[in-house]
Amino acid sequence: MAKLKGAIVVNTERCKGCDLCVVACPSEVLALSNDANSKGYNFSFMEREDNCTGCAACANVCPDACITVYRVKL
Amino acid sequence: MNVKDIINPANLVYEKTTVMNDTPMHYCPGCSHGVVHKLLGEIIQEMDIQDKTIGVAPVGCGVFAYKYLDIDWQQAAHGRAPAVATAIKRLLPDRYVFTYQGDGDLAAIGTAETIHACSRGENIVFIYINNGIYGMTGGQMAPTTLPGMKSTTSPKGRDEKLEGHSLDMSKLLMHLDGVCYVTRQSVHTVASVRKTKRAIRKAFEYSMMNKGASVVEIVSTCSSGWRMSPADSNTWMEEHMFPVYAMGDLKDIE
Ligand SMILES: Cc1ncc(C[n+]2csc(CCOP(=O)(O)OP(=O)(O)O)c2C)c(N)n1
Ligand code: SF4
Ligand code: SF4
Ligand code: SF4
Repeated sequence: MAKLKGAIVVNTERCKGCDLCVVACPSEVLALSNDANSKGYNFSFMEREDNCTGCAACANVCPDACITVYRVKL
Repeated sequence: MNVKDIINPANLVYEKTTVMNDTPMHYCPGCSHGVVHKLLGEIIQEMDIQDKTIGVAPVGCGVFAYKYLDIDWQQAAHGRAPAVATAIKRLLPDRYVFTYQGDGDLAAIGTAETIHACSRGENIVFIYINNGIYGMTGGQMAPTTLPGMKSTTSPKGRDEKLEGHSLDMSKLLMHLDGVCYVTRQSVHTVASVRKTKRAIRKAFEYSMMNKGASVVEIVSTCSSGWRMSPADSNTWMEEHMFPVYAMGDLKDIE
């Protein structure tokens, strides 16, 4: 079976650090950063990027439409 | 393959709908309102009806919905969205017309407008965000508040003997002859987000087939009003809201 590999881009200025994408990711890719955006929110980022499958679970649950998802078949 | 190579337009699988603009939304972190806005934008984009859709914004946290989705909007007085939507749809029957209302708007101050627009069988869609309290004004008890649920005006929990039972609007509206579709959904998981999207799309399609009114209730969280984190609010919703407001279709006249 072809292996799927993904990557996401978070709009860090739009992100409110709600943590819902972190909880929704089935592959434990995401975490909230120690850095904050201009509004003071700790935005989401790929802490374990190798695990990402591009399933878009994170993007689907994000209330602020901050996440863009890319995927390739290896 | 490294991340830089994967991030390429050719490999795109998900991006923000273009119907939603870049204005930052005023909602609290994790608020269900944002997910529903996003779904509306995605459906309007997929159905290619951006210039044919008119939303009616409520009073409540959804009051500024018109700032975020680039379609035509009208803002209504508290609870009056169904009356305003009625007028719009009757004057412009070729448009997709929906109301966007919280439970304080649809199930409290606007109960009469809701019931009569449904009873008249107006060809409109109700997007009903039920988070069990008045979010915008600071988390007061609503007719929809659960038995025993704490709010700023029921600090010891809602007492059914004194304050009555939770009002289940979907269960009530399904009995009206003017209503073709009533469904209760949520937006807290990937599966539920996808189901809600299908439900809203069906409601939009029914409205153009002149089948009557459709009600899509979305059982939602208000983490600020509930005083929990967004993730804990989702768990609390599953454990406490879903037993009272069960998920699924209540009526569907195909
Ligand atoms: C005529 C009138 N009465 C009362 C209010 C105060 N008020 C503003 S929002 C609101 C309730 C909103 O609750 P809901 O519809 O559940 O929306 P949410 O904020 O939870 O999304 C109330 C009572 C008002 N603005 N206008
Ligand atoms: S696309 Fe899927 S695997 Fe990748 S971060 Fe998002 S939820 Fe996790
Ligand atoms: S779900 Fe969206 S807003 Fe919330 S932390 Fe993730 S990217 Fe940020
Ligand atoms: S008060 Fe509640 S309903 Fe209003 S934006 Fe905040 S979380 Fe959402």
